[in-house]
Amino acid sequence: MEIFPILSTLRRHKTTALLVILEIALTCAIVCNAVFLVTQRIERINMPSGVAEQELIQVAMADIGKTTDEHARSLQDLAALRAIPGVKEVASVNQVPFGRSSNNSGIKIDPKQKLSTLNATNYYGVNVAQTLGVQLVAGRLLQESDYVTMDDAKKAFISGKTEGLPHIVVITQDMAERMWPGQSALGKQLWMGSDMPLQVVGVVKNLVRPSIWKDAEAQYSMMIPIGVDDGQYIIRTSPADRERVRDAALETLKKNNPHRIVWKKELWTDVRAKYFQGDRAMTGLLIGVCVALLVVTALGIVGLGSFWVAQRRRQIGVRRALGATRGHILRYFQTENFLLATIGIVIGMALAYGINVFLMSKYELPRLPGFYLPIGAVALWLIGQAAVLGPAMRAAAVPPVVATRSV
Amino acid sequence: MFGYYLDLALRSLKRNKVLTALMVLAIAVGIGASMTTLTVLHLLSGDPLPGRSQHLFYAQVDGNPNPGDFKEPLDMLDYQSAMDLWSTHKADRQAILNTSDIKLRSPESKLPPLLLQMMSTHTDFFAMFDVPFQYGGPWTAQDDASRSRVVVISSDLNQKLFGGTNSVGKTLRLRDTDARIIGVLAPWRPSPVFYTVAGGRFSAGQTSGFYGKTQDVFVPFLSGLDINDGNFSQFTCWSSAPNPGHLINSPCVWLILWVQLNDSSKVAEYKRMLDGYAAAQHQLGRVARPQNTRLRDLMSWLDFNGVVPSDVRLQTWLAFAFLAICLFNTIGLLLAKFLRRAGEIGVRRALGATRGAIFAQCLVEAGVVGLVGGILGLFFTLGGLAVVRSQPVEFADLAHLDSSMFIITFALALLTSLLAGLLPAIRASRVAPGLQLKTL
Repeated sequence: MEIFPILSTLRRHKTTALLVILEIALTCAIVCNAVFLVTQRIERINMPSGVAEQELIQVAMADIGKTTDEHARSLQDLAALRAIPGVKEVASVNQVPFGRSSNNSGIKIDPKQKLSTLNATNYYGVNVAQTLGVQLVAGRLLQESDYVTMDDAKKAFISGKTEGLPHIVVITQDMAERMWPGQSALGKQLWMGSDMPLQVVGVVKNLVRPSIWKDAEAQYSMMIPIGVDDGQYIIRTSPADRERVRDAALETLKKNNPHRIVWKKELWTDVRAKYFQGDRAMTGLLIGVCVALLVVTALGIVGLGSFWVAQRRRQIGVRRALGATRGHILRYFQTENFLLATIGIVIGMALAYGINVFLMSKYELPRLPGFYLPIGAVALWLIGQAAVLGPAMRAAAVPPVVATRSV
Repeated sequence: MFGYYLDLALRSLKRNKVLTALMVLAIAVGIGASMTTLTVLHLLSGDPLPGRSQHLFYAQVDGNPNPGDFKEPLDMLDYQSAMDLWSTHKADRQAILNTSDIKLRSPESKLPPLLLQMMSTHTDFFAMFDVPFQYGGPWTAQDDASRSRVVVISSDLNQKLFGGTNSVGKTLRLRDTDARIIGVLAPWRPSPVFYTVAGGRFSAGQTSGFYGKTQDVFVPFLSGLDINDGNFSQFTCWSSAPNPGHLINSPCVWLILWVQLNDSSKVAEYKRMLDGYAAAQHQLGRVARPQNTRLRDLMSWLDFNGVVPSDVRLQTWLAFAFLAICLFNTIGLLLAKFLRRAGEIGVRRALGATRGAIFAQCLVEAGVVGLVGGILGLFFTLGGLAVVRSQPVEFADLAHLDSSMFIITFALALLTSLLAGLLPAIRASRVAPGLQLKTL
């Protein structure tokens, strides 16, 4: 197939050709970026939590903590919960992964550092690691004997003594890698603020934060041996037992103290689903927009293609009369569309890159990976070919005798 | 002449129904998408207190005694700074704000105890933010000073507890304290809940939480501190291990101070007072960075916090890109349509129609397409907003088309279609009469 005659014909239909090119370029640019955003969101939605997702229940009560016997009441609650058939582990905690509100601290490697190395979230509560089901990769988890109560820690802190304060910590792999790249974190010391040294005794694979400021810092979590009695409980059970155990737990807790208000009673899988519902909605929207864009572009190509064929019936007739087969005509229009699509794709790529740079500056997105471009190109070529097929077939059906008529 | 062109346009549109339908649909879908997102953006980024917002200021001093990690002062105030600034009485109106969770019930209602948000603030809160009352009214400055056990409740809570009847004079049990209801608000839905906005810069664009409902219980500031002590939550602390929930004189920031300053000389004077206060506290060794004070007006404060969720902005960009593609598409289709009629146009030109007449005729046709597309687009917009309302986001209930957006929908549709018709119309009006007649 000769390309030069097609090009010279196109030069005489600049506006129409330009419109097709621009439409393809814009579609290419937007679809590439939108698909990229979708994959980003999907990656975010599937972010590892590091906990036994299918086995956890969260129950939170208001107004337990502020009485004098809070610790005794908490122990009573825990014992009652543990007695429910099917319950494997229970912990009283200060926060839960993906729970939104969180307790965070600036962490330093050297207490004389002016700025913190990173900001990590603090998980408190006896048995929290065992209940959440985090995966240990080095060292050990915290044991019950490691823990101090919140009251003792507070007293020690105010009086400036170190005995009552915790002095060990379990951190995540991501956090260890950020603080001591390439080294083992075990035995190393970190400072919470400038006044509390903690020695790393264990490293866990993942443990996601309650609220995430930056996706890259989602796993900056520590478990510190301080016991809490805030009325927030995590219960671990087998996946099939979750609903039953949750209802039983509520009943048990109500029986222990009928005056408390339950403000959270959720299966952890729902906690996770709720945390990402905005991202899921956005993903759906982006996919919808991509499909709509491709459809609109395809319709545009069909429309312009039909117009073009109608305009060139006489020319087609002449070619047919001079011996061109139907296949020749068909391939002519297909090649023409391929050329236009190619130019559009080249411009579209540049535009896609530009939009990506803009989004990077505005929304802290990473750079568009290179492999999106060939995928986008192939998709648009295919859509272009499919869209032009109808008009091209109609062109091929033009009989040679048209050449003898004045259109 | 216009009537004639309109008639021609309608005939022409009827001649090729598929092409017409495609054009109308393209415009309608583009308009529907962009107007839905634009309406949401408009609702979320508007001025929550038009005419007043320029007089309302968010006061900040950097109460942190250590030079911290950030160039900006902390987003809220510590107890001492807030009380000191309030006591100067340098503003036309002023109120300290604090929200906390509270357990409440009413002995006069059968409802089980509720866990709701309580706002502790000063009486000026209601006048300053133009809060509407349905029954009763706000408490007095005297109530503020004497720590009265009085309470103003939201219309939602009044509905829930008392079925919407006038509940002034009834009793609410707030945690362990009885308080007398002295006012019930009329339905009030500021967008965003601007007076509690803070910390937006740490939210990575996920700020839809700022568009939730207002608090349900309002009490005098000091009464609130008494009633709910031990249940306050800090915004952040610069030193570890605070006594949880008890924040008075803690190394934490947890209070908001809004002031109303009615003219620019007062604003300048107040800023000088802030700077002077910070400098004096620096002398006392309590404040590390005395130059770090801010006095932003309401809109600047909302802007600084990036209150409009980044997803909403992204959606708007996307929708307008989509509209642009629909526009290109319509240009192509109109071009196809007009130039296919080159013969007809040639005849009209030969019979004496001017280029301008052809141009006008083509634009009328494009305008009709735009108008029909706009009407259809309006339905798509209403549908789109219904979808937004069904989403589980805080601002879902706000998503309605107001009259200005209704007009903009049509203006945008008409503008889009005329823009789309411009190039094809120019091309059509350039058709040479002679050439076309020859081939006929």
